[in-house]
Amino acid sequence: MPGMGGRMSTVIKSKISRLLDRAEDPGETLDYGYQKQVELLQNVKKGIADVVTSKKRLQMQSSKLEQQVVKLDTQARQALSQGREDLARMALERKTLAQTELQSLDGQIKELENQQEQLIANEQKLRTKIEQFRTKKEVIKAQYSAAEAQVRISEAANGVGEQMADLGLAIQRAEDKTETMRARASAVEELEQAGAFEDLTQLGGGQDDIDRQLAELTSGAEVDSELAKIKAELGSGGGDAPALEQGEKEGSA
Amino acid sequence: MIVRVSGEGQYRLPDSDAERLNELDNRAVAAVEQGDETGFKELWNQMLELVASDGNELPIEELVESDVILPPRDITFAEAQGEFTGEGLIPD
Repeated sequence: MPGMGGRMSTVIKSKISRLLDRAEDPGETLDYGYQKQVELLQNVKKGIADVVTSKKRLQMQSSKLEQQVVKLDTQARQALSQGREDLARMALERKTLAQTELQSLDGQIKELENQQEQLIANEQKLRTKIEQFRTKKEVIKAQYSAAEAQVRISEAANGVGEQMADLGLAIQRAEDKTETMRARASAVEELEQAGAFEDLTQLGGGQDDIDRQLAELTSGAEVDSELAKIKAELGSGGGDAPALEQGEKEGSA
Repeated sequence: MIVRVSGEGQYRLPDSDAERLNELDNRAVAAVEQGDETGFKELWNQMLELVASDGNELPIEELVESDVILPPRDITFAEAQGEFTGEGLIPD
């Protein structure tokens, strides 16, 4: 095509032809190309499997946090009904943090899920294309060895070669994306494992994490209002009222 | 002329589109070089629209070499930047 010198297309085209320059025996190249594609697709599949595993672990973490939230809430109520507002407050502080953590974790899980779906769809599309390529490759090889109409065949071989290179490029790209995803998933997972969740139960003792202290400050109001809510609930129950009054005295002292 | 959208398929376009495509292509690369993501996206969409409106998709059985190979449809700006500053979709 005379006059085609667009720079974007030139870069891609030269890459593709560079891939094809390695071609000597077309049949061999096509077989090798196919084999390479299958291998690369295996990597994509493995990558997806890892992302799924990470996601599952995060989901388990998430349900542990949910249980923690329920437990802390119960503890806060128990503490308050026994007049221990200090303990109730501590439990509610932890509960607020656990909820924040839970929210962010669930967001990350959801994002992982979306990306995972895309990766899987992409993998399936590529698998179909590789299968199509396999069929085409056999046709070309048969034609080539029959040595009929060499010119037309070499043109077709270039065509299929280009397709092979392009498919290779697409798989490579899918692999890169999967790899990025895998890295991100395992980073989130590591953060979860090493991080905040374990510390939540230690809260109050030797907290030096600035982020968490800030979170505590902002959650203070939330804790207060929740405390008031539980008090009201317990108060309206009637039976616990004396203990509650005692708790209030202690709290204000 | 035959245009391939990488990772997708081939299209037959009238030869008269070459100049327009070429121009868009060069402007898209210029946008990438200037770090103009919006401009790049806009131009890239125009290129894809040109292929969609003027092109006929080649049947999968047809085996021809492309005159033009465009990047994958969903190329990101970061990928485009890598692509046109040395590091490409395929490592050199």
